[in-house]
Amino acid sequence: MKKLLLLGDEAIAQGALDAGLSGAYGYPGTPSTEIVEYIQRNPEAIEKNIHRTWSANEKTALEAALGMSYAGKRTIVTMKHVGLNVAADSYMNSALTGANGGVIVAVADDPSMHSSQNEQDSRFYSKFALLPAFEPSDQQEAYNMCFEAFTLSEKYNLPIMMRLTTRLAHSRAGVARKKVLAENEMSFPQNRDQFMLLPSFSRKKYQKLLDTQPELVKESENSKYNEYFDGNDKSCGVIACGLAYNYLMENISDKDDFPILKIGQYPLPRKQIEKIMAECDEVLVLEEGMPLVEEMLKGYIPTGTKIKGRLDGTISRAGELNPKTVRKALGLPEIPSEEIPTSVVGRPPALCDGCPHIDTYNAINEITKKCGKGHVFSDIGCYTLGYLPPYNAIDTCVDMGASITMAIGAADAGLFPSIATIGDSTFGHSGITGLLDAVDKKANIVVVIMDNDTTAMTGMQDSQVNGRIEKICLGIGVDEKHIRVVTPLAKNHAENVKIFQEEVDYNGVSVIIPRRDCIHLFKKRR
Amino acid sequence: MKKDIILAGVGGQGILSIATIIGYAAIESGLKLKQAEVHGMSQRGGDVQSHLRISDSNVFSDLIPHGAADIIISVEPMEALRYKPYLSENGWFITNSVPFVNIPNYPAIENVISDIQNCKNNIVFDANQIAKDLGSSRSMNMVILGAASLFLDIAYEKLEEGIKFIFGRKGEKIVETNLNALAAGRKFAEENS
Ligand SMILES: Cc1ncc(C[n+]2csc(CCOP(=O)(O)OP(=O)(O)O)c2C)c(N)n1
Ligand code: SF4
Repeated sequence: MKKLLLLGDEAIAQGALDAGLSGAYGYPGTPSTEIVEYIQRNPEAIEKNIHRTWSANEKTALEAALGMSYAGKRTIVTMKHVGLNVAADSYMNSALTGANGGVIVAVADDPSMHSSQNEQDSRFYSKFALLPAFEPSDQQEAYNMCFEAFTLSEKYNLPIMMRLTTRLAHSRAGVARKKVLAENEMSFPQNRDQFMLLPSFSRKKYQKLLDTQPELVKESENSKYNEYFDGNDKSCGVIACGLAYNYLMENISDKDDFPILKIGQYPLPRKQIEKIMAECDEVLVLEEGMPLVEEMLKGYIPTGTKIKGRLDGTISRAGELNPKTVRKALGLPEIPSEEIPTSVVGRPPALCDGCPHIDTYNAINEITKKCGKGHVFSDIGCYTLGYLPPYNAIDTCVDMGASITMAIGAADAGLFPSIATIGDSTFGHSGITGLLDAVDKKANIVVVIMDNDTTAMTGMQDSQVNGRIEKICLGIGVDEKHIRVVTPLAKNHAENVKIFQEEVDYNGVSVIIPRRDCIHLFKKRR
Repeated sequence: MKKDIILAGVGGQGILSIATIIGYAAIESGLKLKQAEVHGMSQRGGDVQSHLRISDSNVFSDLIPHGAADIIISVEPMEALRYKPYLSENGWFITNSVPFVNIPNYPAIENVISDIQNCKNNIVFDANQIAKDLGSSRSMNMVILGAASLFLDIAYEKLEEGIKFIFGRKGEKIVETNLNALAAGRKFAEENS
């Protein structure tokens, strides 16, 4: 069959589809978004009516996937690295309930923070949860691993993590497909208590999970994704995880003859690790993200073989790997290259011309002109760019939903006015519970829900709250008189400022909803 | 055969179409390929880049190493220069000369152009004008691709097929406009390199 030209994300999606997927869940987040998007537009998935909608957040997505697994079907749930923080409760507990139908938790990490508020290494979660993980080095492996992960998941009744990073998620290459498998029939879990985590059951389940670990290590030792390449030069061996293997291969030549251990499946293959540690004087660890393998090898008090990597400064502690950093770590001479000419300046991203958020921030700035800066708690989305000049309109961005809750805390501390700005999708993701807190505590805050009718930042996915924001606020208990909908347009500026001022003056929870389509959505709809 | 290509521009200028067409042509020519794109935050008017690696043997890294690119293809002059550290000693700059100014501190354009012209191999030209003369400003990116086609080691017809493949849905007329833009860019490069 002809190869498909697929992004790493799309290879994951195609692998899952071909292995009998029945449902995909997720919440958008760069660089993971294209997994679900691919399934949403894939003609075969549409024809088979594979479930493929976005969830309100990563936790609801993972739980829905567990439900599908409970019913015996194969499912994938997708998110970016910070999404796994939100879904961590379900992920950790899913290690005890395990899976019935196969479950893949696909998490895309973003080292160097190309489009993220922090960098994390999701392999730590899989180790924490004692769950197996795959880490592909290329698009074909991403496809193959995903295809096979369901079998492994169903063999041990455990969810499997697929960990990928930006460069693989967003890079295309040719991928060959395998023969398509049929979907599972619906079936109940074999034991009625499988998904019942009462303490008495949980203790047994935890022990079982611990007892399974040696078997999982054996799986890794026998896995074709953990490959040992012998070499005669034992002065320094290299362990290369996932994508790091490519940067290694990019730099070595025919003359090089040192042992290489390529890692693609976790828990770590003990036998191969012992071998490379025993036969080499030094071992260089190349891993994308944080020094997980390196720390495990070093232990708390280092002994024996010298380990080089991110902890001893051979490679920078932060940021993604690239061919140049790996070349340096291998001790090879730098390829000559020139500097960026001084005439080049940065071109930071900015709110688009005509963006509705601009008019909202212009109104808010009239308020903070009077009370001074430092009163606006914001959140994550396009509107975070309102921190930058010329707007300088907001003061914080921490994690999704934190605008409303931080505004509550600051108001409790005496800050007045205390204003939160949050996008519609972010409100649905994790703003609603914060608003409930505010209503319950009668917090004196103004919550501005910037409704552009879409999840713009990540590429226009639909947002779960669209069409029902006022009803949600009413239902939570916000006073109807203090739910104000405005149209953020320059011609309405004076009127909007007046409304903002009235709600700042009201002592209690106010919600203002500036409502106008994201300009790109507007163009598309026209 | 091995070509490492950096594609550069500003969000919305159409570099991903260039990448898709070269990618299509490479696959159709039986070559191996990796193409890393930058998505997300950088698309709100920020700089956009793509690493395109084509070879008849295995391609490992998705990213091109510093000092290794054979060609920098750019639809904006300052964005071309941004990737100079990637260019190999004998590499080529193929770039539009028309600046995209969406920042207050855009440098003097003469300096940008002369910085490019001081590099060993370069073609800097007004692709906007050529596209406009053909009656379709939007196909500026295909003019640039046409100029670059001279250095790609991929059959020109395969690039034409790529254009038909990606613009086919939009109708006969759009395909033809883009094919004309491709030819005009190539002609310019033939006469000026
Ligand atoms: C936990 C978590 N999940 C996902 C993301 C990725 N992400 C950043 S902003 C955003 C959505 C923004 O949508 P919205 O709030 O509607 O604002 P808009 O971009 O439309 O202005 C998403 C999904 C994230 N940063 N954190
Ligand atoms: S994509 Fe939409 S919401 Fe985001 S900055 Fe542009 S207009 Fe505003």
